[in-house]
Amino acid sequence: MTSEVVTAPRRQSRRGAAFRDAGPPVALIVIFAIFSALSPQFRSTDNVQNIVDAAAVLAVVTCGITFVLMMGSIDLSAAGVMGACALTVSLLVANNRNDNGFGLLGIAVAVLLGCAFGALSGLALVLLKVPSFMATLGMSAVGLGVATLMFAGVQPNITDTMVKGLAIERFLGFSYLTWIAAVCVLLGWLIQRYTRLGRYAYAIGGAEEVLALSGVKVKPYKVAVFALAGAFYGLGGVMVTSQLGAGLVQAGDGYDFSAITAAVVGGTLLTGGRGGIPHSAVGVLLVMVLTNGLVQVGVSPYWQGGVEGLIVVAAVAAAVIPQRRRNQVVK
Amino acid sequence: MNALEVRGLVKHYPGVTALDGVDLAVRPNEVLGLAGENGAGKSTLLKALVGLVTPDAGTIHVRGEQVKLRSVVDAANHGIGMVFQEQSLVPNLTAAENIVLGSEGPAVRRGIYRWDVMRRLAQEQLDKIGSPIDPLARTDSLSFADRQMVEIAKVLRIEERSQHPPVVILDEPTSVLESKEIETLFAQIRRLREFATVIFVSHRLDEVLDVCDRVCVLRGGKSVGEVAAAGAVPRELHRMMIGSTGSDDHYHGSAATTVVEEQPRLSVRGLSGASFHDISFDVAPGEIVGIVGVHGSGREDVCRALFGAEPTTAGEIRMDGTRIDLPSTRAACAAGIGYVPAERKTEGMVGALSVAENMTLAKQQARCAGPFVAPKKQATLVDSWIRRLSIRTPGRDTPIQRLSGGNQQKVILARWLVAGDIRLLLLDHPTRGLDVGVRSEVYRLMRELAATGVATVLLGDSLEEAVGMADRILVMNDGRVATEVPCPTGAKPTPLDLVKEMV
Repeated sequence: MTSEVVTAPRRQSRRGAAFRDAGPPVALIVIFAIFSALSPQFRSTDNVQNIVDAAAVLAVVTCGITFVLMMGSIDLSAAGVMGACALTVSLLVANNRNDNGFGLLGIAVAVLLGCAFGALSGLALVLLKVPSFMATLGMSAVGLGVATLMFAGVQPNITDTMVKGLAIERFLGFSYLTWIAAVCVLLGWLIQRYTRLGRYAYAIGGAEEVLALSGVKVKPYKVAVFALAGAFYGLGGVMVTSQLGAGLVQAGDGYDFSAITAAVVGGTLLTGGRGGIPHSAVGVLLVMVLTNGLVQVGVSPYWQGGVEGLIVVAAVAAAVIPQRRRNQVVK
Repeated sequence: MNALEVRGLVKHYPGVTALDGVDLAVRPNEVLGLAGENGAGKSTLLKALVGLVTPDAGTIHVRGEQVKLRSVVDAANHGIGMVFQEQSLVPNLTAAENIVLGSEGPAVRRGIYRWDVMRRLAQEQLDKIGSPIDPLARTDSLSFADRQMVEIAKVLRIEERSQHPPVVILDEPTSVLESKEIETLFAQIRRLREFATVIFVSHRLDEVLDVCDRVCVLRGGKSVGEVAAAGAVPRELHRMMIGSTGSDDHYHGSAATTVVEEQPRLSVRGLSGASFHDISFDVAPGEIVGIVGVHGSGREDVCRALFGAEPTTAGEIRMDGTRIDLPSTRAACAAGIGYVPAERKTEGMVGALSVAENMTLAKQQARCAGPFVAPKKQATLVDSWIRRLSIRTPGRDTPIQRLSGGNQQKVILARWLVAGDIRLLLLDHPTRGLDVGVRSEVYRLMRELAATGVATVLLGDSLEEAVGMADRILVMNDGRVATEVPCPTGAKPTPLDLVKEMV
C-alpha cells in the first residue's frame, strides 16, 4: 500500500541546480556585452544610469511577486493595487484636489492599503478556496475600481516637493527611487533568508503537505505572504506617482505581467520552491537591459511587448525542461 | 507498563473495514515488528497512531494513560513520531530546518531565524544517531539514505516535546535502500532501542525477524498473533499473514482456461527502460501472467511501458507475431491493449463524468456515428455492458464518482471491452481497496475474458491474489526477471516460494 503523503523528492545533481542558478546572471552579462559591442550609445554611463533608474519600480513590484511565486501561487493583482495606492498617496500628500499634506504618513498609508489588498487576496485563497489566479485577478479589478472612485474625473496633481523629488533628485548618480528599490531588494533578501515567513514561503512551494504533517499551520503564512506582496505593490504605486507627478488609475498598467516575466526570467519557477529575491533582481535587470538595448540598436519600440511575451514563454520552457515527463498534465 | 497500547481499534471506510478490532502492545525499549499483507490494515493502524486517522472505536494508551490523537502534533506531544514510507521532508530546505520544522523553539525568535542556534539544535539530533550529515546542506542534495537519517533525526526531536522516551514508527523504511544502507539503518535501529521504542514495518520478513524483538501479525484488520523473533522463520510468519483462507474457489480456479500452445499473443524481448532491464516473456491468448515483486522491483513500470506510458530504451514488443511500437498510450489503445491503473481515482476514471462517458472514454468510435456522438448507439451499448457486468448504478448518466469502488472498477474494465477489439489487458492492482465479495466478481470477470482469448498481465494486490489468478508468474527483482514459475490450477506454488526470489 502506498501512503498518499508525498512523493519522494527526485534526486537531482548539485551541478544541475548550480547550472540553472548561474544561467540568468551569465545571460545578463552576455546580453549586456553584445549590446555594448553593437551600440556605443548603449554603453554610455548615462544610459546605464537610465536602465537602472527605469528598473526601480519594476524591481520593487517584482520583490513582492517573488514571494508569492516562491510559494507556488500566482499574483495578478499588482496593477489594480498600484492604481488604488497611487490615487491614495496623491490625495493624501499636498495636491491640487484637497488641502491634505500628510507627506511621509501619506506614503505609509498607501503602503498599508496595498498590504490590506494583499491580505484580502490571501484570505480569499485560504478561506474561500478561490485559486490565487482568480482571487488576485478579482482583487486587481477591485483596486482599479477603488482608484477610479477616488479619481472622480479630476486628476490629482501632487505639489508635495518631497514626493516629486524622489524621482528627480539624485544621490551618487542614481535617483532616490533607485535607492529605495535597492533597499527593497536587500530587505526582501533578508526576509527570504532570515525570517520564518520567508523560509516558510519557500517551503510551501517545496512541499506544503510536509509542513502540515509537521504541525505547521500553513494558512496564516499564505495570507501574510500575499499581504507582504501587496505592501511592495503599494510602494510601487507611490513610486509611479512620484515619477508622474500625479495620481493615475493606470499607474500600475503592465507591471503585473512585467514582474512575473522578470521573476521567471531570473529563475523563480512558477511551480514554486525555487529562486528568490536575488534571482528576481537579476531578472529585472535582464528585462530592462533587453528592452533598452533593443531600442538603442534601432529595433522599433512597437516590438517590445511581443518580445517580452516571447521571452517569458521561452524562459518557462527552458526552466521546466528537466521536469518534462511523458503524460504529465499541465493546466 | 507498556509504552504504547492499542485496544480494539476499529476503522471503517465506505465499503471496507480497514481495522476490525486490533490489539497491540508495545513494551518500552523494544523493537516491535508489524507484518501483514497489503490491505491487512498496517497503514491504517500506523496512521491512527500518529493522529492522521481517527478510529471509529477502540482506545489508544500511551504509558498507561488513554489518549485521543487528533493530529500529528498531538501524537508528537505524546512522544509518538513516524518516519513515513514516502519521505516527508521539504526538499528545498536545509536538513537543519527539516529537523526542527514545526518546533523551532529558540531557533526562531519573533519570526527571525537564528541560523547558528538552529544548526546546533539539528546537530544535537544528528549526534544522537551519530550521523555525519552537514545540517546546513540542502535536503535535495543528500542521498536517499542520508535523507532517511534526517527524517529519523526529525522524529527524535519529539523527545524534547514530551519529556519521555519517544516511540518511533518506521513504515517500510528499507523498500528503496541498497543493502549496505539497510545495514546502516539496522545499526541505527539497534541504537535507537537504547533510548526509544521502535515499531518497524516491512514487507521483507527476513528483515523483520532480523531487527525486531517481537513480531505482531495483522490479517484482515485484526491482530492474529505474535511471535518472538528469536528462532522464528519467515515461513511461520507468512503462514500467519496468509491464514488458512485462499480457497481456489475464490479465484474461480475451475474456470481457468487451458492454454493451448500456439503463437503467443504478447511477446516481449529484452525490454529495458529507466527502472527495468532486459525483460523478456510471452503471454499466450487466454493466459493470465502474474508479475510479482517488492516495491521498487520495476514491475509497475514494465506494465506502464507495455501501455506506452513509460519510455523504453531497448527491446521489442510483438503482438500476435507483428512487431509494434508503443510511443504513446494512443498507439497502445489502437493495438488492442487495455490498461487498468492502480490509482483508480486519479488515473483510472474521470470522477465527474458519467458512467457512459467513462465507459466509452478510450473507444469513442464505439458510441459515435462519424464525428458525432450517437445517443441511441451509446445508450444501447452502455446499458448492455451495465447488464453484462451487473454494474450497480442508478443509470448510465450517473457520475462515476457516486458509484462504489467495485462498480467503478467494473466500468473501467468495460471501457476496454466495449469496442470488442481487446487483445491484451494490463491490470495493475485491479482489486485494490475492494472488499472480498467484489473482488471475487472481478476475478470471475478476468476468467471470462481469458476464456474469450484475451491475454492478461496481472500485477496482483497481494501475492496470494497473483498466485490464485495467474497461470504463470514472473518474479521481478531489482528491475530484472528473477525467475518464471508455472502456476497451473491444482499445482500452485506457495507465496513463500515466490518471496524467496523476490528479496
